[in-house]
Amino acid sequence: MPHTGAEILINGLIELKVEYVFGYPGGAVLPIYDALFNSKLKHILTRHEQGAAHAADGYARTTGKVGVVIATSGPGATNLVTGLANAYMDSVPLVAITGQVQAGLIGKDSFQEADVMGITMPVTKHNYLVKNTNDIRRVLEEAFYIASTGRKGPVLIDITKDALMNLATDNSLNIEIDLPGYRVKTEGHPRQIHLARKLIKESQRPLIYAGGGSQDAALVLRQLAERYEIPVTTTLMGLGVMPSKHPLNLSMLGMHGTPWANNAVQNCDLLIAIGARFDDRVTGDVNKFAPKAKIMHIDIDAAEIGKNVPVDLPIVGDAKAILSELLDSDNLTHKAWLEEIYNFQYHDRKTNIPLQEICKNCSYEGRKNAILPCQKESTLSPQKVLEHVGGVLEDELIVVTDVGQNQMWAAQYLNVNKPHSFITSGGLGTMGYGLPAAIGAQIGRRQERVVLVTGDGSLQMNIQEMATLAGYNLPVKIILLNNGVLGMVRQWQTIFYEGRYSQTCIGSIPDFCLLAKAYAIPSLRVATENDLEPMTQALLADGPYLIEVAIDPDESVWPMVAPGASLCEMFYAQRAITPAWKR
Amino acid sequence: MDQVTLAVLVRNEPGVLSRVSGLFTRRGYNIHSLAVGPTEDEKVSRITIVVKEEEKRLEQVIKQLHKLVDVLKITDLTNAERVEREMALIKVHGEKRSEILQIVDIFRAKIVDVSPKEVMVEVTGDTDKVDALIYMLDSYGITEIVRTGKIALARSVKN
Repeated sequence: MPHTGAEILINGLIELKVEYVFGYPGGAVLPIYDALFNSKLKHILTRHEQGAAHAADGYARTTGKVGVVIATSGPGATNLVTGLANAYMDSVPLVAITGQVQAGLIGKDSFQEADVMGITMPVTKHNYLVKNTNDIRRVLEEAFYIASTGRKGPVLIDITKDALMNLATDNSLNIEIDLPGYRVKTEGHPRQIHLARKLIKESQRPLIYAGGGSQDAALVLRQLAERYEIPVTTTLMGLGVMPSKHPLNLSMLGMHGTPWANNAVQNCDLLIAIGARFDDRVTGDVNKFAPKAKIMHIDIDAAEIGKNVPVDLPIVGDAKAILSELLDSDNLTHKAWLEEIYNFQYHDRKTNIPLQEICKNCSYEGRKNAILPCQKESTLSPQKVLEHVGGVLEDELIVVTDVGQNQMWAAQYLNVNKPHSFITSGGLGTMGYGLPAAIGAQIGRRQERVVLVTGDGSLQMNIQEMATLAGYNLPVKIILLNNGVLGMVRQWQTIFYEGRYSQTCIGSIPDFCLLAKAYAIPSLRVATENDLEPMTQALLADGPYLIEVAIDPDESVWPMVAPGASLCEMFYAQRAITPAWKR
Repeated sequence: MDQVTLAVLVRNEPGVLSRVSGLFTRRGYNIHSLAVGPTEDEKVSRITIVVKEEEKRLEQVIKQLHKLVDVLKITDLTNAERVEREMALIKVHGEKRSEILQIVDIFRAKIVDVSPKEVMVEVTGDTDKVDALIYMLDSYGITEIVRTGKIALARSVKN
């Protein structure tokens, strides 16, 4: 029996083992939603297309599957753009399906028409405009293949309404992929592997720098680090590749990285970059980055080699495959190097106070957390609150963050012990990513506890998804760090703009607990240590919960390397001045 | 700045030129010229791109182009044995017609249109030759120029 384009699409998604799609209906996708009506495909209805895109992104990151998002033509599709750009920057496999006006109406400025292929070209790995029903099944197959192989990324399929409504004339439903220009290289070149073994053997001070591209290779990366006794620093996207408390884990490097990680980068003689892209937030001044090191770069994307930093030994291929091959030598030890890293005397750039002074009461495990809070008595510090969250939920935690100070504190203070469990907008830095991504993450991993760490600025950027959260009764715990300001921008104003707080105060509206009530989400306001016990109960509750933590607007993220400075030039705990409006 | 001539074979699909030119804009690469047309295979188009970039960035240009799904093959013709051609149509004030005719003759160009006030010259050759003719005609008053941009093919291997 012949099928319509929309039926072919929905059946195709089921054949591709898609369980959930995220989306928002509209005129041009009515045929898709009609075909969906009686299908077994589960659809998550958000309140905004951007929310659907981020939810599909969060789902993809936590499950490793392709996230699927559906939106209508025109504004529906343009609302996806931020979500696509976000997924593109962080190499997340997404397939976005958008409706387009009927083929005959294209180019006539028809109602809800937009050049979606043109608009999304720079923010997708590939995109399609499908006008012929017979092409839909093949294009869907290709889109999934492109999105989920090589360096993963979003693929968009724009389908005209008539192609969705028409019956296929060719019922053979050809699904044979026709992509002669798309090749994926997974195996590392044997000669490069050989040279890599040699470099590792010769190195006295090796360091692994693991990025988001090493998430799938976490197990073998850890084995490699242990066998050759190589310390590991991860990027924001690489958090979770090594358990937070692993003795070889120096935690995050870069602008808000740990002194130990940054110092190790600046003093290593071999830097092994794995699935990382030498982002400016990681390297600081590229010309002064890892000045003593030979750089080995393992990446599946050949275009990343030498893009930002000259590389001594590139190995193009899949990190897991390459690292497995590197794992066949005898054990190595680097005791002296590790001692040096652990005992490094790090001085604050401005005050010249050695960090060890500040951190002297910390055990090695605690060192990464040895960053002093603002310590005003009236409020709880966000650092302390997050440590409490980590203590309560420990191993079963999936952390989703928004963007800004909340994101950095989450990265610094919450332990992440599994790969694919720290979900954050790393490349694009999309405020408003957190809530919808947490929804997707919870749907992807139902049995685990998802905590969203967000701020009052970020949360309001996609606050409408509170309705989605409540509607599906997903047990996401929202830790809202409320300081009434756009904290990270304000922190930069403190440091670089002499405290001229231009437009960074957003004040005390709305009352978030009242708002949560409007969405039928229980809430709790946390202000003092006494509130930590009820907070524990809230974190362990069955359904969603909003935990609002009042924090001081002067709380800042330390340590910090100023943009464009060398990683040696960290500075630390410069107390911000409280602005007049707060006094 | 180095100048490189790239022959890029692409799938003859809607939007492919947009993908290539968009990549150059997005990554901030400089296109000097770009010529595109069909090939012996109807499913394939050929784009000849002349890029002016620092050597370090040229490698990036090629790698980024390779990532486009519709790009089938890239050949760097810069150092290859090759034939290069560009065509230009040049409109010149025709007062000193006989002098112009002489120059046109030296360059083995052609007059393809004449009016009481202007002549139109057609020239084919490598970029230097076209530049040289334009330079020579400039003093007579050029009113309009159109250039195709460079096209190039590697020479066949001779035994």
